[in-house]
Amino acid sequence: MLDQLSLLSFASGGWGSALLAGALVTIALALSCLPIGLPLGLAVAVAARSKNRWLRAWATTFSTVFRGLPELLTLLIIYYGCQIAAQKILAMMGYDAQVTINTFVAAMVAFSLVFAAFSSEIWLGAFKTIPKGQFEAASALGLSKFTTFRKVVLPQLARIALPGLSNNWLSLLKDTSLVSTISLVDLMRQTNLAVSVTKEPMLFYTVACLGYLFFSAISGRLFAFLERYFSRHQRSVQP
Amino acid sequence: MSLADLQNMFLNPDLLERYGPRFIDGLLVTGKLVAISFTLGALLGLLIALGRLSSNRFLRSFTGAYVYFFRGSPLLAQLFLLYYGLGSFKGFWQDVGLWWFFRDAWFCTLLAFTLNTAAYQAEILRGSILSVAQGQREACKALNLSRWTAFRKIILPQSLLVAIGPLGNELILMIKASAIASLVTIYDLMGVTKMAFSRSFDFQVYLWAAVLYLLIVEVVRRSLKLIEGRLGRHLQ
Repeated sequence: MLDQLSLLSFASGGWGSALLAGALVTIALALSCLPIGLPLGLAVAVAARSKNRWLRAWATTFSTVFRGLPELLTLLIIYYGCQIAAQKILAMMGYDAQVTINTFVAAMVAFSLVFAAFSSEIWLGAFKTIPKGQFEAASALGLSKFTTFRKVVLPQLARIALPGLSNNWLSLLKDTSLVSTISLVDLMRQTNLAVSVTKEPMLFYTVACLGYLFFSAISGRLFAFLERYFSRHQRSVQP
Repeated sequence: MSLADLQNMFLNPDLLERYGPRFIDGLLVTGKLVAISFTLGALLGLLIALGRLSSNRFLRSFTGAYVYFFRGSPLLAQLFLLYYGLGSFKGFWQDVGLWWFFRDAWFCTLLAFTLNTAAYQAEILRGSILSVAQGQREACKALNLSRWTAFRKIILPQSLLVAIGPLGNELILMIKASAIASLVTIYDLMGVTKMAFSRSFDFQVYLWAAVLYLLIVEVVRRSLKLIEGRLGRHLQ
């Protein structure tokens, strides 16, 4: 038992620091999907509500495709597909080079697209709960369309969409474990390496599961705080 | 670019002839995997949901921990934990005569998927059971129905009506998650695709897989919508 625990230590011969580094990559990857995924999801939701037929069709296709494909397949298609496309384009221009794409960037793009597709549904649902009167009042006050969206609609959307987005975030966090298959050294990959060296699968996979559980628990706390923050003006009506 | 070039790019006949039958096999494996684990998961999930709602404190905390663990960690890690982790106790499993089970990637994947989906389905069923109005339970008491009859005849049918939508979503999530099985040497649709790609280095096989997955998910989603409308027809 004790020598098993020493495998997890941070000293030399222990895998503690390697696992920690992997966990940081996992978190970094999941966080870096938000700056693209959230606005893109919102944009898709706005496009799905637009009057333009083509824009609507595009938004529906986007969300159907990326919600319907397995995350693993999306990841592999983006990873290999971008490489092959880049090579073809280079070959057309006369260069004959082997292109390799950074695995982190490929994973970031793939998971951002998936996150955008799932969050667009959440945003769309949230849009429906905002009464028409809000838009009418804004236009009666002479607010521009952009100001209406930023100052009137978005603050209400954020509060309503938050529980759904928190679910999406949790599944994104868990999906990032798939990047171990394109050999990006995240928590899961680091665990696989540790297992292949030490032959202690039970210990290390349990630790990996607990690591993900820990992240989920922290995120749960964070979202509870955010939900309180965004509904602070409603405190008096809450039971 | 002529039409033949375009066809070669997206649906190469030679490639289709060589790998088409395997794709069908992979599709069947995926279907079998999802069907078995989802059904077993529903049964287990119902038991866990009842455990979470029971008045026994021990049962409640145990099922709560189960659900928390399986929903909080990735399916990939759970699958590896079961297949490689439990598989490492070879001597023990041979002693209890279960080695044939934990040696086989297929059984381990089924077990991992069942345990995982059971946790999600338990939460769905718990929510739907709680959504049945309290007056229904009181009415059962007033009619002197036994607890079992009340659950089977009154509570469960009403709660399943609420649960069918989320359960359908869970089914779709399971279909998508089943691609993970390819990582432990199972030749499901994803596994077949990876094999075909590693042999032919032709990217179009991934696009075939994408189309097939989208097709399955879309068919399942539409038929679930139909079923949902049919089950709720007395409510319209």
